[in-house]
Amino acid sequence: MKTAVIVFPASNCDRDMIVALEKITGHKPHIIWHQDEEIPPVDLIALPGGFSFGDYLRCGAMAARSPVTTKVIEHAGRGGNVIGICNGFQVLTETGLLPGALMRNESLKFVCKDARLRVENNDTPFTNAYSEGQIITVPVAHHDGNYFADDETLKALEGEGRVAFRYVDNAGQVTQASNPNGSRNNIAGIINRRKNILGMMPHPERLIEDAQGGTDGLGFFQSMINAIN
Amino acid sequence: MKARIHITLKNGVLDPQGKAIQHALSALGFDGVDDVRQGKYIEIDLQQTDPAKTEAAVEEMCKKLLSNMVIENYTIEIE
Repeated sequence: MKTAVIVFPASNCDRDMIVALEKITGHKPHIIWHQDEEIPPVDLIALPGGFSFGDYLRCGAMAARSPVTTKVIEHAGRGGNVIGICNGFQVLTETGLLPGALMRNESLKFVCKDARLRVENNDTPFTNAYSEGQIITVPVAHHDGNYFADDETLKALEGEGRVAFRYVDNAGQVTQASNPNGSRNNIAGIINRRKNILGMMPHPERLIEDAQGGTDGLGFFQSMINAIN
Repeated sequence: MKARIHITLKNGVLDPQGKAIQHALSALGFDGVDDVRQGKYIEIDLQQTDPAKTEAAVEEMCKKLLSNMVIENYTIEIE
């Protein structure tokens, strides 16, 4: 699986993503600076977490209009796989590749902690190594992860099985207390209709070896290996 | 010409910052504040001198970058 990681000014989870992709695929990803004009042909493009362009105007707004992002949109249009983690998810919603928007956390506080996630749909290139309904623990670290979509969009996402991950409690139940940011329907991650684009606020790339406190993120990367290789 | 743009959250979109401001006002003793909605104000100086063309250009700016049409509305004043 050939991969690329896009680096914007103030991306800060790019290295974690590069390390994770190299460990899992056995190949170093192409590292694409936002001013680079071309992205080599790859199977997967990852938009990492961070605070691209200082979160100015809105989180992800500047990165979404960056020239390199038009290449990402073209890649996605050809059916290429794209993942956006945290700030990457914000960028994907700002481009319109994924519906909805990520707003300021309901608590108004930066939230940094382990979150329990339930795998809502394991029939995607990003979740097939998990079982449906599996509960995993993945860290969140964000100030603007409050997923908003209007009622009609939400109904479509739910009806079409496009909610990939949802925040739950230890028992796997969707509760207000287990929702770290006020996201509608406790949504943590979604996919597009064609199932080649995923955005999520939690960070699976931070949990790929025991030294990081767990390996619940491995399944996310293994899923892509299963789907793409 | 100068464009003054107000960007506000659409009705139905929760505004936790507005709620926090409302609570702070109440804590300061300002009674009778039913609701607070906060947003952004942007001023742009343009070389264009034709009001209609200016408005059209600023409208494009709002749609393409300045506002997120999923959650925000905008109003434009030109002078």
